[in-house]
Amino acid sequence: MSDLIQGGYLIAAILFILGLKGLARPRTAVRGNLLGALGMLVAVAVTVTDQAIVSYWVLLAGIAVGSSIGALLAVKVQMTGMPELVALFNGLGGLASVLVVFASYVERVDPEMEDNTFLVAAGLSALIGAITFTGSIMAYGKLRGSVPTWRSSTAAYVNVGLLVLAGLAILGVVFKPSTIGWLLAVIILSAIAGITLVLPIGGADMPVVIALLNSLSGLAAAATGFALGNSLLIIAGSLVGASGLVLTQVMCVAMNRTLANVIFGAISGGESLDPDDVYEGKVRSTSADDVALILDSAERVVIVPGYGMAVAQAQHAVRDLARSLEQRGTSVTFAIHPVAGRMPGHMNVLLAEAEVDYEDLIEMADANPMFAQTDLTIVIGANDVVNPVAREPESAIAGMPILDADKSRTVVVIKRSLSPGFAGIPNPLFAQENTLMLFADAKQAVSDITKALNEV
Amino acid sequence: MTLLIALTLFALAVFLGIELISKVPPTLHTPLMSGSNAISGITVVGALVSAGVDHSSTATVLGFLAVVLATVNVVGGFLVTNRMLSMFHSKNDARSKTTPGTDR
Repeated sequence: MSDLIQGGYLIAAILFILGLKGLARPRTAVRGNLLGALGMLVAVAVTVTDQAIVSYWVLLAGIAVGSSIGALLAVKVQMTGMPELVALFNGLGGLASVLVVFASYVERVDPEMEDNTFLVAAGLSALIGAITFTGSIMAYGKLRGSVPTWRSSTAAYVNVGLLVLAGLAILGVVFKPSTIGWLLAVIILSAIAGITLVLPIGGADMPVVIALLNSLSGLAAAATGFALGNSLLIIAGSLVGASGLVLTQVMCVAMNRTLANVIFGAISGGESLDPDDVYEGKVRSTSADDVALILDSAERVVIVPGYGMAVAQAQHAVRDLARSLEQRGTSVTFAIHPVAGRMPGHMNVLLAEAEVDYEDLIEMADANPMFAQTDLTIVIGANDVVNPVAREPESAIAGMPILDADKSRTVVVIKRSLSPGFAGIPNPLFAQENTLMLFADAKQAVSDITKALNEV
Repeated sequence: MTLLIALTLFALAVFLGIELISKVPPTLHTPLMSGSNAISGITVVGALVSAGVDHSSTATVLGFLAVVLATVNVVGGFLVTNRMLSMFHSKNDARSKTTPGTDR
């Protein structure tokens, strides 16, 4: 590798680091992203000066096709579809790693003569890349609702099968894939492992899965770097791998679950409450006009958005309500649970798209002390994240951090019905004395409230 | 590059990555993921060499496919991150002059 390439890689690595640093703060995030893109441009530009490269048209064609598809996807995607897109991109990155390592394997004249580093790294790259690819495609299908979650006792057997497969694949790596057939076997076993890994994981755990796959796509690139002896692949891949792990950990903490528990155990056990006992005769329903009257006299209002709000496309209606309230001098904040969306920080993006000021979005830790001084909390399309049974050690979601919406003076829950959330358990908040249920489509209900409020 | 140097780079980059990301506010989690995801498309560099070096047609085809996939990842990732970040608004930022980017 020439000095020009090495020097370019150094500059690219520095730009990646500055880019990630920038992405970590709201004020520098846009610039951080541009620095990352610039780093990628530098990396590609110096790589094509490699004298071994002869067929430029292949490269140009590949870049042109890839850029067009990528740009199209990026422009077309709706913000509710971001998790699917990130899952898809993760998967493509993983598959690209597999293809690169396979191609470089094919080029080696005699694998028996290769050093162990290449063989083991190639095996690892194939292993991680293939798991990332099929795992991401499964996650993509689940997020789109086209792949059902398989929740049965047999799911445990699938995971045992996964362990066996993963073990075989790792054995294949340890004993070095010294023939192309062996490498293919590792790829196929890992691909199957990726499918069975994600198949039994429920929709509520998707934020963890997406973060983990993000990390794996980075580690796949790093492993490819070991195989190719490419410093930039190692550095960039490891940075991404580490940042993905941090986010995975953040998401696990937000659900009070370990990573192993997310992967190997569906939510189960705990004392199940009978919905009839919880709700019978205690649920009080309300109307948009009545909610407007309560809002009229409220000074502090907190809005708790859940994914149901995004499904109903109610973000803009909610923004209008918040603006109307602020114009009347009412204080409005949004309390965001870390797993309110389908990927880490998803709810924040959905509200940003609706032009809600990001400084009005309050994290769980800061929001919880506020509820006791809140006149009215409006829960829109959220369920498990405000379920007070999480505080009881016997419950199925025991220990999961929740938003203490039940502690505010009055709670209005906008929801279509009393159906349970992902955890599949009833929510005593809905039957609480200070809770009013507004059974309606979120978008319609919020528009009606705003209209009624402006007429009060 | 020796294995030891490669491992050194790996270890330092992992620790650096953890340090860089540890205190990111939740608001930025999604853009951070899509942005870092685009960076993981760095595999494109390896793909370019595989596709451009005239060894065998198998390697060229595999390399070409890898270039396409990794470029989708890179270009799509950076573009969608930029699109997302341009949606973030703050009243305070609009007033301050020292905040490039966020108030666009």
